[in-house]
Amino acid sequence: MILHEFMDFEVLRVIWWLLLGVLLIGFALTDGFDLGVGALLPFVAKTDVERRVAINTVGPVWEGNQVWFILGGGAIFAAWPPLYAVSFSGFYLAMFLILAALILRPVGFKYRSKRESETWRSAWDWALFVGGFVPALIFGVAVGNVLQGVPFYLTEDLMPMYEGNLFGLLNPYALLAGLVSVAMLVMHGAAWLVLKTEGIVAHRARIFGTYAALVTIALYVLAGLWLAAGVDAYAFTGEVVTDGHSNPLLSEVEKGGSWMAAYASRPWIAIAPILGIAGAALAFLGFKAGKEGWTMIASKLSITGIISSVGLTMFPFILPSSIEPNSSLTVWDSSSSHLTLFVMLVSAVIFVPIILAYTAWVYKVLWGKVTAEDVLDNSDSVY
Amino acid sequence: MELDVVELSRLQFAMTAMYHFLFVPLTLGLSIIVAIMETVYVMTNRPIWRQMTKFWATLFGINFVLGVATGITMEFQFGMNWSYYSHYVGDIFGAPLAIEGLMAFFLEATFVGLMFFGWDKMSKVTHAVVTWLVAIGSNFSALWILIANGWMQNPVGAEFNPVSMRMEMTSFFEVMFNEVAQAKFVHTVSAGYVTASVFVLGVSAWYLLKGRHTELARRSIAVAASFGLASALSVVILGDESGYSATHTQKMKLAAIEGMWETEEAPAHFNLIGAPNMEERETQFALKIPVVMGLIGTRSLTEEMPGINDLVDEAEDRIRDGIIAYDALMDIRAAKADATPEMTARFEEHSDDLGFAFLLKRYVEDPRDATEEQIAQAAFDTVPGVPQLFWAFRIMVALGFAFVAVLAYFFVRASFYNMRFPRWSLWMAVIAIPTPWIAAEMGWFVAEFGRQPWTVDGVLPTALSVSNLSVTQVALTLAGFVTFYSILFIIEMSLMVKYIRKGPYMDVAETDAWTQKHNDRLSGRGDSSVQPAE
Repeated sequence: MILHEFMDFEVLRVIWWLLLGVLLIGFALTDGFDLGVGALLPFVAKTDVERRVAINTVGPVWEGNQVWFILGGGAIFAAWPPLYAVSFSGFYLAMFLILAALILRPVGFKYRSKRESETWRSAWDWALFVGGFVPALIFGVAVGNVLQGVPFYLTEDLMPMYEGNLFGLLNPYALLAGLVSVAMLVMHGAAWLVLKTEGIVAHRARIFGTYAALVTIALYVLAGLWLAAGVDAYAFTGEVVTDGHSNPLLSEVEKGGSWMAAYASRPWIAIAPILGIAGAALAFLGFKAGKEGWTMIASKLSITGIISSVGLTMFPFILPSSIEPNSSLTVWDSSSSHLTLFVMLVSAVIFVPIILAYTAWVYKVLWGKVTAEDVLDNSDSVY
Repeated sequence: MELDVVELSRLQFAMTAMYHFLFVPLTLGLSIIVAIMETVYVMTNRPIWRQMTKFWATLFGINFVLGVATGITMEFQFGMNWSYYSHYVGDIFGAPLAIEGLMAFFLEATFVGLMFFGWDKMSKVTHAVVTWLVAIGSNFSALWILIANGWMQNPVGAEFNPVSMRMEMTSFFEVMFNEVAQAKFVHTVSAGYVTASVFVLGVSAWYLLKGRHTELARRSIAVAASFGLASALSVVILGDESGYSATHTQKMKLAAIEGMWETEEAPAHFNLIGAPNMEERETQFALKIPVVMGLIGTRSLTEEMPGINDLVDEAEDRIRDGIIAYDALMDIRAAKADATPEMTARFEEHSDDLGFAFLLKRYVEDPRDATEEQIAQAAFDTVPGVPQLFWAFRIMVALGFAFVAVLAYFFVRASFYNMRFPRWSLWMAVIAIPTPWIAAEMGWFVAEFGRQPWTVDGVLPTALSVSNLSVTQVALTLAGFVTFYSILFIIEMSLMVKYIRKGPYMDVAETDAWTQKHNDRLSGRGDSSVQPAE
């Protein structure tokens, strides 16, 4: 195959860096509200019928939404194999916790209402809470660690060696990032519940959403200030080859300076944090004013801004190494080969529009609020 | 056996993969059976077919969700426990996984929600299309995962890059149309269809024995027996195709399955049963059938099939060659940017055997320092566990033929004996329910255990593929998975049994009204709006 020679390796790497961002944002925008609904479940819905209403708002869509996450994992494996190898093995026990939570969640949705027993149902409700809250927290904690650099190095054979442990991941800055993630996804889940339910569940969700939007802004700003003042950045010191074979050890990297330097050299990226804050502020106003559709859109903008700000600030770094900066993974030295990136791009160009089209159609078919009557009338077929 | 990180990681992978594959075959087959039933409903308008669709779809849903949930573990585990593997072959192996997500997972997962929640939200035809999309999505996902697995068995379309220290793709076309992958795909999905058919057959037989839901049960048996018989034949034929392709791609696996230690004169005989012995390096008490193995393996009477001992000698040569490749690789690495064309040429000449040098890493840090004994030991390591493969394969094949017989029997009774089934045959169908799962698990065991000591055949040894984890970490997650999965299994089984006992939801008034109209129409007084195709 020679077609791929028509696209520069460098360009393909940037495109796949962008697509990685698109997938993570896609995941946060769709599955994000499922996680938020799970985390809110015990608090916005008290009776069995209320809980079934809340669960059934995400019932028909969570499976499709979760594929954004699965595809995110697959795309990291295929387009950024070193990132996949280092992060999944390095964050080993954290990954196991995410897995356990993500396995509980589908089973919880599907099995909860299949028996009448109260103990059975309330046990699954807590499983759904864990399945929403824990991944939301750990994803944020992971991002917080990535920003600080992770204690790994690569051997000459490019075998990833990880020196940290689970508790090392739970440092103060990472926990703050974890809370930003929880607040953001709770805001998103609340916006979804307000849109899809009515009565007491919507009312409670509105209150939680209002606070979550404020907390998101406060914690995000705090995390930004802390990043500027207390977190070391990483930078290339030697020559940077952007279209060479992928081997992170071939470039030289130094720890020091501030991530905020990115905003001096590329001022336009400030649009991301501004969007993050303004979106959450609009969502706050939307919750207050009862504008359901606008609140959802504002919440989406905020999430897009917050996630983009991390990637844009760190570019071209993807996963810096805190103990041997030369092992750091960057856009220029951690990708798949030229041909693989091209093949994957072709398949993404073919399938992503199709996916977006049928996903939109499914949401359109399911448009409208879920009510207690819907749940009770179709008790056998819904969750 | 001492449990180190390699053994524990293998155990965990085997456990989670085999557990995952408890749910996958039923998903593959039942999605299609449900879609067939719904299609009949759309064409005939008869309420019974919608009730059948909904009933089997409920069981499909209980099973599907665990397939999805345990599938996430599979995707994560490569990175978590097999990070050197992920680095070394991610460039090739990752692509089909990602395409699987794009092409298959989104399709099945997006529409499976509508399949359950959308009955009142769209027309009958649209809903049937949605059900078919779920079935097609599930089956596409099997295609891509088997392209990925097929590459591990027969790594085509890739070469080693000494700068990035990994395998890189040279031809996506070769990876995609890998003959091993294509044969495996049809063999695996057909096995899924057989599993679902035997399941539907067994549950329906149980209803007939109990005298419950006989209308639903008879029709379900008709669907399951005809769909299942075609699938069971396909499993056997494509299984044979897999065997044929293994003759030139995985000679060692085939020889081990056969317990064939010495190269025989063509055409080779087939060891029907016997007792392979790894210590003595021979298969004792073998019951031999002449000519058959040669026919299966080579489809000729003259081509020779190599035995295990000759293949070990061949492996020893390749190890020596691999050591040269390793030496050249170290030269290139030491020279960095100043690597000469001679160094590269020397490496490329021997690079196909680099993986064989890595087999020595179990015994010595630098393969170049290996002793003669270590080389001989590493060469014998290329022989997988012969007795295990020998028996797993024979159980699978025997079950495969049994499925053809059972399904053919029910097909004949359903077609030509007016759907009358003797009670013994119904009991047989009930007892048969678990057997397709045994066959499927045996099949995966043969495929994966038979590839040892490699994760990627001839390219990367299993012992080198693992992550740098501690025994404690892996033991902890292994214990976690065992506990967690056992609980989920009990819950799943209890719900399955509950919903099978409960039976289908029958709308009596609706069925009566339809029957009334149907009878009216037959007696010529009918209202023309109801026109069943039957």
